[in-house]
Amino acid sequence: MGLSARRAVAALYALAAMLAVLVLPWPVAADEPGKLVVWHAYRGAEQEALDRLIDRFRAAHPSAEIRVLAVPFDAYASKLEAAILHDQGPDVFFDAHERLGSFRDKGIVAPIDDELLRDRGAFDPVSLRALTIDGKTWALPVARKCLALYLRAPSWPGDAAPHSLDELVVLARKTHRPTLAYEASNAYAHAPILHGFGGRILDAEGGRDRYAFADGPARDSLAWVLGAMEAGAIPEEASGALVTQMFTTGSGTDAIGADAAISGPWLAGELPATLVYHVVPIPPVHAAGGTPTRPYLTVEGAMRAPTPRDPALAKEFLAFVVSTEAAIVRAKVGRQVVATNAAWRDPALRDDRFLTGFRRAADDAIPMPTTPGMRAAWEPTTRAIQKVLRRDLSPADAIEEAKHRFLDVTRPPPPRRDPRPMLLLLGLLALIGAGQLLRVARDPEQRRAIRASLPAYAYVTHAVVIVLLLVVVPLVLGAATSFFAGPPQQLHYVGLANYFEILSARGAPLLSSGSFYAVLGVTVLWTVVNVTLHLAIGMALALLLSRPVLKLRGVYRVLLVVPWAVPSYVSALAWKGMFHRQLGAVNAVLGHLGVEPIAWFSRFSTAFAANVATNVWLGFPFMMVVTLGALTSIPREVLEAAEVDGATRWQRFSRITFPLLRPTLAPSVVLGAVWTFNMFNVVFLVSGGEPDGRTEILVSEAYRWAFTRQAQYGYASAYAVLIFLLLLVTTRGLKRREVTR
Amino acid sequence: MSQVLDETGGRRRPAEEALVHVALVLATIAALYPVLWVVSLALSHGESSAGRVLPIPEHLSLGNFREVVGTHDRATGTWIFGRQLANSLLVSLATAAVGVAIATPAAYALARFRFAGRERGVFLLMATQMFPGVATLVPLYLILEKLHLLDSRAGLVLVYATTAVPFCIMQLRSAFEAIPVDLEEAAMVDGASRFQAFLRVALPAARPAIAVTSLFAFMGAWNEFILAATLLSREESFTLPVALQRYVGEHGASWGHFAAGALIVSVPVMALFYVAQRHIVSGLTAGGVKG
Repeated sequence: MGLSARRAVAALYALAAMLAVLVLPWPVAADEPGKLVVWHAYRGAEQEALDRLIDRFRAAHPSAEIRVLAVPFDAYASKLEAAILHDQGPDVFFDAHERLGSFRDKGIVAPIDDELLRDRGAFDPVSLRALTIDGKTWALPVARKCLALYLRAPSWPGDAAPHSLDELVVLARKTHRPTLAYEASNAYAHAPILHGFGGRILDAEGGRDRYAFADGPARDSLAWVLGAMEAGAIPEEASGALVTQMFTTGSGTDAIGADAAISGPWLAGELPATLVYHVVPIPPVHAAGGTPTRPYLTVEGAMRAPTPRDPALAKEFLAFVVSTEAAIVRAKVGRQVVATNAAWRDPALRDDRFLTGFRRAADDAIPMPTTPGMRAAWEPTTRAIQKVLRRDLSPADAIEEAKHRFLDVTRPPPPRRDPRPMLLLLGLLALIGAGQLLRVARDPEQRRAIRASLPAYAYVTHAVVIVLLLVVVPLVLGAATSFFAGPPQQLHYVGLANYFEILSARGAPLLSSGSFYAVLGVTVLWTVVNVTLHLAIGMALALLLSRPVLKLRGVYRVLLVVPWAVPSYVSALAWKGMFHRQLGAVNAVLGHLGVEPIAWFSRFSTAFAANVATNVWLGFPFMMVVTLGALTSIPREVLEAAEVDGATRWQRFSRITFPLLRPTLAPSVVLGAVWTFNMFNVVFLVSGGEPDGRTEILVSEAYRWAFTRQAQYGYASAYAVLIFLLLLVTTRGLKRREVTR
Repeated sequence: MSQVLDETGGRRRPAEEALVHVALVLATIAALYPVLWVVSLALSHGESSAGRVLPIPEHLSLGNFREVVGTHDRATGTWIFGRQLANSLLVSLATAAVGVAIATPAAYALARFRFAGRERGVFLLMATQMFPGVATLVPLYLILEKLHLLDSRAGLVLVYATTAVPFCIMQLRSAFEAIPVDLEEAAMVDGASRFQAFLRVALPAARPAIAVTSLFAFMGAWNEFILAATLLSREESFTLPVALQRYVGEHGASWGHFAAGALIVSVPVMALFYVAQRHIVSGLTAGGVKG
């Protein structure tokens, strides 16, 4: 046996060994006693507190096998739903009370045993009520979270606090410095002020959702914020990062800072340990006769899956987590406003100004409605506030638009249709397909063709099988969802209604903002601009790099490819940070050049440009490398001959180099265009559709329907199918043109 | 030295040389600037670098890296970061191996045989690249559950490899097409079977393209996190991007740790790019060079 053959055999063995390792299953969790699986999405101090509690629980149950999983927050809810329904999930999990309603409807949470609730007085009554739906309590209250006012020393020493928010605005007029940092354009942060004017975002009384961001209170609250912004009291285009930054800086330095901030307990984890501050409930807007500014309250609960692996152990753990002993640990280590009353008798908690401040704020707060309408209300409300604060619309017009948006998103799914016509059609298609097959099998010529193809099939069968099973089948199933509508667990067949709604722009004018055609226009513009720039920049750099004599060629080539090697979600987030209005590097660079800072995401043109800049940066190396490869195939003699004949540089490029590059580049350009058309990461992470959803492309719009607008999966898949058909038809058309050329 | 010609066959001038370098340096700065911000964020422990032009932290600290790399499991004391790194490596290497192994014979058949269903197959492959992934996640979960491959490296590899297969086939097909048929025909005249010709002649000739295609399959698996976060349910089975995502929460994020983790994730790919750079250029476009 030759050396190379031996090496090949060795490589095969190595591959087989690797596959064996992979196929050997991990110990699979069987339903057996003594096992407990706990899921959470906590980070930082809260995670530390939970880990300590679990250590204690483990020590008390040495024979039990306890597993904890910290799930990334973005994946938490969807993962819970998928896993519990398939018996792969946790026995006990932690989540906010807002999601209880949908968890209950989907059957992934079970009511708490009466035994654990024998002493209902042990818990904060408001929390307990928030976790109770239709007379049953679905979770044990763990902690309460809401917004409150952070105040910094030395401007607000000891217990000093403003009597009203107006006071802060007056102070700003006097000192010409911002006095209050908060995310003014976010509906959640605006809610306390709205409540302070007697308004509501959603009226969920009696189980029916009515959008209540309307009339006098909504208008007055918006006018007040606008006034405070014009007085310079609160920052424009504030983000969570800016609030942290401003409060950390304070008013004492040259940089923009503020001595007060409205935020939740999570802000404390981001502040330097040396900062001296205290927390109080948000004061009323006006000093005299104002309605209290009550924030929304979120109650975190410990929930139990319907079929725990070991019910007794799960029950014991639930009881332990809300016990006084455990609550004190969660308060001290995790800085939670715990809902176990007895814990507050501990002097360390009673004297903690941070915890008591948030506790007082929580006592006043309004529990967030648990109805599906609440989830649908955030997006229209936030957009309306943004539009007012950017002075794009008057408060009255913005409120009107928000109401229409809410009604549009929450309108009932299309009616059930009779599936028989579709089944008939499918049956017919199957018959025709079978007939075709039969004809092929009978036709001697076809049979000969197939027999002749048999050797080739030996090479492709395995690939065909696996691609069919794991690529094509999910794709077909996904596409089939587009004929259904309704909440995820109660899908019903609606025929082509989803397509009809999308293509008729949901009854709005066809080119109105957010309609399929408007978004398609943006997507086409996005694809054309990106691919053109990718190609132009990539080709230009490749031409420079392929000069026969070039010092440092290798260095350039490696460094220019770096954007390709960084994961795209990381670079997209880095770019988003660079385009930040106050903190970003782009505005800092522009500032040095004497340009006024730009609010990148407040206008379509600049937000679109930010997205394009990011995507061009991500994509040009691919084109550059492809062009470099293609250039090696162009014979130098031709170019030299052309030069001898007196062709100019441009003539040589446009008559020789470019035409010769074309056939090589065409497939890559088509593939690049398809990828760009579906480039979800960049649009979603950089502009997030801002302003007002106008930079959204088709894929990110589909994603919104699936995940932020009441989980309308059917509608989202109809979008996906339309995207697919559009791309298919376009690329076929292009190919035909290319062939006929 | 006689005349030296530029990329379009023109004569070389020193002033032009300088201009070329200026352009390339500017492009390099643009390419590196955002990455340097990530580096700076990763190296500054608990301080903000807001509003600055140059991505240089005030105080250098490796604290973020230490904390990210040093993650241990509390209960068992296992070095969880090590496990996750191993998972990522194993899954990505296996994806590259399996994906390319599946794709290579199919690509060869597409390049060398005419057979019934060939055109339709190619069309179908291209079409799978056009359907947005958002809609296929749930069905994929269900299929893996039926196969009892949820929460396993094998399941993840299977999913990654199959999603990589269409791209790999298209890449490799053009690579095989670029290899002159004469070599294989000569081998077959000498008594080799078609399969031997494929194994002994075509495969070695396509090595650069195979290397590059493997690199892309590796990269796809190495950076993916949506599928991994959905399909994996234990911390010790997570891949690095999923672990990285943990640093971004509902309210705020620990960007320093995220950046440090992001760099750790990016470095192996950069190293591979560096090693394979010459092959990348030739491998990517091998197909088009048939002239």
